[in-house]
Amino acid sequence: MIDIDKLLAGDRRMAARAISMIEDEDEDRQKLLSELFPHTGNVLTIGITGSPGAGKSSLTDALTRQARQQDLKVGIIAVDPTSPISGGALLGDRIRMQEHALDRGVFIRSMGTRGCLGGLARATKDAVKVLDAFGCNIIFIETVGVGQSELDIMHYADTTLVVLTPGAGDHVQTIKAGIMEIANIFVINKADLGNTGKMITDIEQMLDMSSHHNGWRPPIIKTVTTEEKGLPELWNMILTHKEYNETSGAQKENERKRVQQEVQELLEEKIQNQLKLKLSSNGNMWKLVESIVERNMDPYAAANKLLKEFLSI
Amino acid sequence: MARKIRVLVAKPGLDGHDRGARVIARGLRDAGMEVVYTGLHQTPEQVVEAAIQEDVDVVGLSILSGAHMTLFPKICELLRENDSEDIKVIGGGTMPEEDVKELVEKGWAAQIFTPGATLEQIAKWIYDNV
Ligand SMILES: Nc1nc2c(ncn2[C@@H]2O[C@H](COP(=O)(O)OP(=O)(O)O)[C@@H](O)[C@H]2O)c(=O)[nH]1
Ligand SMILES: [Mg+2]
Repeated sequence: MIDIDKLLAGDRRMAARAISMIEDEDEDRQKLLSELFPHTGNVLTIGITGSPGAGKSSLTDALTRQARQQDLKVGIIAVDPTSPISGGALLGDRIRMQEHALDRGVFIRSMGTRGCLGGLARATKDAVKVLDAFGCNIIFIETVGVGQSELDIMHYADTTLVVLTPGAGDHVQTIKAGIMEIANIFVINKADLGNTGKMITDIEQMLDMSSHHNGWRPPIIKTVTTEEKGLPELWNMILTHKEYNETSGAQKENERKRVQQEVQELLEEKIQNQLKLKLSSNGNMWKLVESIVERNMDPYAAANKLLKEFLSI
Repeated sequence: MARKIRVLVAKPGLDGHDRGARVIARGLRDAGMEVVYTGLHQTPEQVVEAAIQEDVDVVGLSILSGAHMTLFPKICELLRENDSEDIKVIGGGTMPEEDVKELVEKGWAAQIFTPGATLEQIAKWIYDNV
């Protein structure tokens, strides 16, 4: 069981168990989250996405160092893909974060993407709430930028970094449109490994053609994590974006959008579950299926009939 | 959704390579577990702190350096100090038979797998004991 008072006082064991409850979709997690919610809302969330090997974990590690210099308590959620075949996952992001392993001001949690669609985004958002209530001032969320869930998570962050590398096949034109659009800051990491000029020109051209939400044009920062280059610049840019969000009103607007989205998702999930339950517990569906197979009814009419029944409960 | 088993695979000690640990980590992933892998040269303190934050059920130590008789007791002691003695510690590596016996008898390791053990055996042990 989770001792909420201990969690709020910064007990690592409790925070860790709370995140497991969320990941395992434990029935008591809703109650837990309701109790934690009043203690949330004080954290800055930074999403970090990009191809495997781009240097996301190394950047998270380096940014954590910057945050610790300002005495901020740091949470890290590092997401790696779950194998669709075995259901298992190899979570190796900690390898790059060893420097902070014993720092009580840093809490690192690795997560697998696990199965269900939308489940990852849900679990990540709730894990953020746990770490927020636990007392973190800043949370880094590392995901591999591929699926819809990962994009959803990045929408949830206050500031999203899209990490690219020169040379290694990261061509701006071929990167999925969705991923380029969520960037608040572009990071060209491994700037030591190739010519960054072409990549910068390409990004700038793309930015010239797109409209910038709230008037923030995503800046491009070059980094070399292995040589500690560009990191104070990146950190300062994160703080600049935070300030911009606050003064322009984007912060509040984003939060409202996020909350609306979150409630809508929860509602949809609940309705879906109810619907499944209702359909599996009465035989109506099967009668209708028979009628459709016999061509006495069409699928649209059947769905309308079931919807009417469902809404009248 | 069913509870997923989480395992920390760690390579404490100073010796150089982690091939064995990586093989185990991948094997347990293929057996359906979530495996947190932390890399080389872990101190007992780092192992225990990671185990707590990651809320794992099992810590698997790969030890080749011969330091097993100090590492296992140290890790158990740290787990106890952190109210986390429910996390099971298992190990693998080359160790004299009498050491294996002592580690298990004194409760410093829940199970030791000697180099002949298969991944299936290790995975089965975890599924049976978590
Ligand atoms: N040359 C070079 N290598 C880097 C840089 N940043 C990270 N790496 C290396 O790239 C590899 C992948 O880094 P990692 O942070 O794990 O990438 P992730 O998969 O995106 O989290 C590691 O071997 C790092 O040491 C960099 O700036 N320059
Ligand atoms: Mg990584």
